[in-house]
Amino acid sequence: MSAGKLNRRGFLQVGASASAGLLVGFYLPERSKLAAQSADPVRLNAWVHIAPDDTVTFMIHKVEMGQGTVTSLSQLLAEELECDWGKFRTEFPPVDPAFGFQGVVGSQSIRTSWDPLRKAGATAREMLVQAAAQSWGVDKSVCRAESGFVVNKSTGAKLSYGKLTGAAAKLPAPANVALKDPAQFRLIGKSMKRLDTPDKVTGRTKFGIDTRRPGMMYAAIARCPVFGGKAASFDDTKAKAFVGVKQVVKTSRGVAVVADNTWSAIQASRLLDVKWDEGPNANQTSANISKTFAERAQKPGVEVSKTGDVAAGLASAAKKIDAVYEAPFLAHATMEPMNCTADVRADGCDVWASTQMQTLAQGAAAQASGLPATKVRIHSQFMGGGFGRRGMTDYVTEAVEVSKAIGAPVKVTWSREDDMQHDNYRPASYSKFEAGLDAGGWPVAWHNRIACPSITNSNGQPPQNGIDRTSTEGSHDMGYGIPNKLVDYQWTEVGVPVTYWRAVGYTQNTFFVESFMDEVAVAGGKDPVEMRRKLLAQNPRLLGVLELVAQKSDWGKALPAGRFRGVAVVNNVGSYTAQVAEVSVDRGKVKVHRIVCAVDCGHVVNPAIVEQQMRSAIVYALSAALKGKITIDKGRVEQSNFDRYDVVRIDEAPVVEVHIVPSTQNPGGIGEAGVPAIAPAVANAVFAATGKRVRKLPIQLT
Amino acid sequence: MAIIRFNLNGKAHSADAIPEMPLLWYLRDSLGMTGTKFGCGMALCGACTVHVNGQATRSCVTQMSSLAGKNVTTIEGLSADGTHPVQQAWIENDVPQCGYCQSGQIMAAAALLEKKAKPTDGDIDEVMRGNICRCGTYQDIRHAIHRASEIKAGGKA
Repeated sequence: MSAGKLNRRGFLQVGASASAGLLVGFYLPERSKLAAQSADPVRLNAWVHIAPDDTVTFMIHKVEMGQGTVTSLSQLLAEELECDWGKFRTEFPPVDPAFGFQGVVGSQSIRTSWDPLRKAGATAREMLVQAAAQSWGVDKSVCRAESGFVVNKSTGAKLSYGKLTGAAAKLPAPANVALKDPAQFRLIGKSMKRLDTPDKVTGRTKFGIDTRRPGMMYAAIARCPVFGGKAASFDDTKAKAFVGVKQVVKTSRGVAVVADNTWSAIQASRLLDVKWDEGPNANQTSANISKTFAERAQKPGVEVSKTGDVAAGLASAAKKIDAVYEAPFLAHATMEPMNCTADVRADGCDVWASTQMQTLAQGAAAQASGLPATKVRIHSQFMGGGFGRRGMTDYVTEAVEVSKAIGAPVKVTWSREDDMQHDNYRPASYSKFEAGLDAGGWPVAWHNRIACPSITNSNGQPPQNGIDRTSTEGSHDMGYGIPNKLVDYQWTEVGVPVTYWRAVGYTQNTFFVESFMDEVAVAGGKDPVEMRRKLLAQNPRLLGVLELVAQKSDWGKALPAGRFRGVAVVNNVGSYTAQVAEVSVDRGKVKVHRIVCAVDCGHVVNPAIVEQQMRSAIVYALSAALKGKITIDKGRVEQSNFDRYDVVRIDEAPVVEVHIVPSTQNPGGIGEAGVPAIAPAVANAVFAATGKRVRKLPIQLT
Repeated sequence: MAIIRFNLNGKAHSADAIPEMPLLWYLRDSLGMTGTKFGCGMALCGACTVHVNGQATRSCVTQMSSLAGKNVTTIEGLSADGTHPVQQAWIENDVPQCGYCQSGQIMAAAALLEKKAKPTDGDIDEVMRGNICRCGTYQDIRHAIHRASEIKAGGKA
């Protein structure tokens, strides 16, 4: 195991340079087990376990993929438990119905934990206080919880939580506990340092791909390059002759090479001579996909949202404009390629995975192993990025299949090429607009028809009545007050599997809507902020971030020569975001210099993490806006690595300024809030710079 | 298999390894030193960066046979206790998010500071553009490199 000395309470002391001797917990399940053996933690509730030696353990049921859950969920628990910051350990627990559904999707961790985790901390605290009151024979009103102790206010006597935990656990959990007045918060709302940083700068953090088990084998899988195809037959002579290779086995969607190291497995998987049954998608191309979308969009789709009478509004308009927009498929390209380690035995199955969906991973492993879910243990690891990709369970299924076939623990590692060419993608999408403006230049009618594949369908749930709201979100729920509005959807499958991608439907629809809104502003002779301001009059929180971003970006004031601004707004994941991009265009090359961002995400738990997530989302979205494009030829993905699927690098990253609106509303989500407005803000700035309207992503002018 | 002798994190090391195997996989699979990460396998992303004779080197394309007699430093050997100036600056700035690329970022930054004690933004761009971060920590990396430069020069830690 790693360096770092444990003191008797099991805390890891980090270097003196780290913020004034902060004690940070350690998070590795292996270490937790050591501590558990010596300290017998007592479960006060699902999230809070306290051992007689005073070790407090927080069960972080929402896994960490960079979004800060280990730190922010600990803030919620520690705030109410009244224990000192950092004087606790954290652990990713196994799947347990006590936590409800375990998964990190839709930027929901804080939103869904805000009440339950504060209550869990407060309930545990009340039980400890009650136990102390009983031991002293006093009323609990005489007792106060403070820094890991219960204090007798009249005598000054103190009992530590560890001394009380055994008795407290035997008490009934109080049904209703009072939560703190936010004015009394000492941790919530503060920029506490991230608890996961020290291990992440020394290489000690264990990601899924770092799993090692006794007797473990290493595998790589050749999969059909065409989506939906299968291996008809294969010749493994060359693969088996490769150094380190032990075995070749068939899986449900390919052929696995099992070796004594990862490199041999990957190299030899490329030497397999597989005859593929390529199935019905073998001739698909990107050009054909675009054509299919355009054809489908000729005909009315299923109405998703409707206000007023669009036909009448258009007929009576003084001026009409229309436009067609398109967005490509995108890969997730997490830095940690997909991987999973599985150990299937007759009596049970252990799975070590970086997964966004522990509950679904357990189900997938149960199905692939043939064991009941109760016999499957998911060991959640830190994720090297998720972005929606790790909400899928295909990589878990494969590892379980290979372990079952060879009767040994195995780690299946995807090469970058495997990862990029066997992703489920952000859907390509086609969006057709018509708008009608009145004589004053204000929009009175707005029609948007969208054709694209369905994410829920790819995930096993075909749209009911042809409606998949993930395909139209950002459009059917746009915040603008226009009297006559219609959004309709043409569900169009094109043989490419799709799934959730950071901010989902908003990633394409907010680009479409906010770009076309800019076109409406130009057609109506209005400034883009002035146009939005009027249309958001009934939407105070979106209007609030628009006003803030306009002020902070000096909207309307002069910029240095050659620089131009664009604006966009979005309301997604329960939060409100406005962004202004400052760009220059030199011989067709777009440079994004600065992004000013205003966000209203309700009550903030950790402002530093909110800012960090906005910076993160902005760079992620900018990669897509400027470069991201997965194309299909002969049913295959043409890109395979970062050479042809490049992303924004440090020299292209803009300066980002984040302004948070103070709020006491319930928390909104933050991981995905910063993504959608970037592409339209940049595209609108490019229009300001060049007069050229970008209607197709990525933004490439040459 | 072949015996290849080199220095690993300051200690003499004798590897019994497949000569064509990249150093990355020898570290991770043979030695269990998992701090060095696999990202692309083609020297395109920088996640696997280590130092070979002080130079930032992509271990995913560095064959074991090329290492005889060389000095190899990995994230595990950058400092005994996580207190290299770059690591200190990274902690101060809370740079990592998911953290997966950060071993490579830190090794690249540490090598840069050995060459240029006080790098400009341009120097940082030139070297660090080889290291991808999908969480978009670039602005924090830039601040932290400038801070590490101060710490290294004796600035207050």
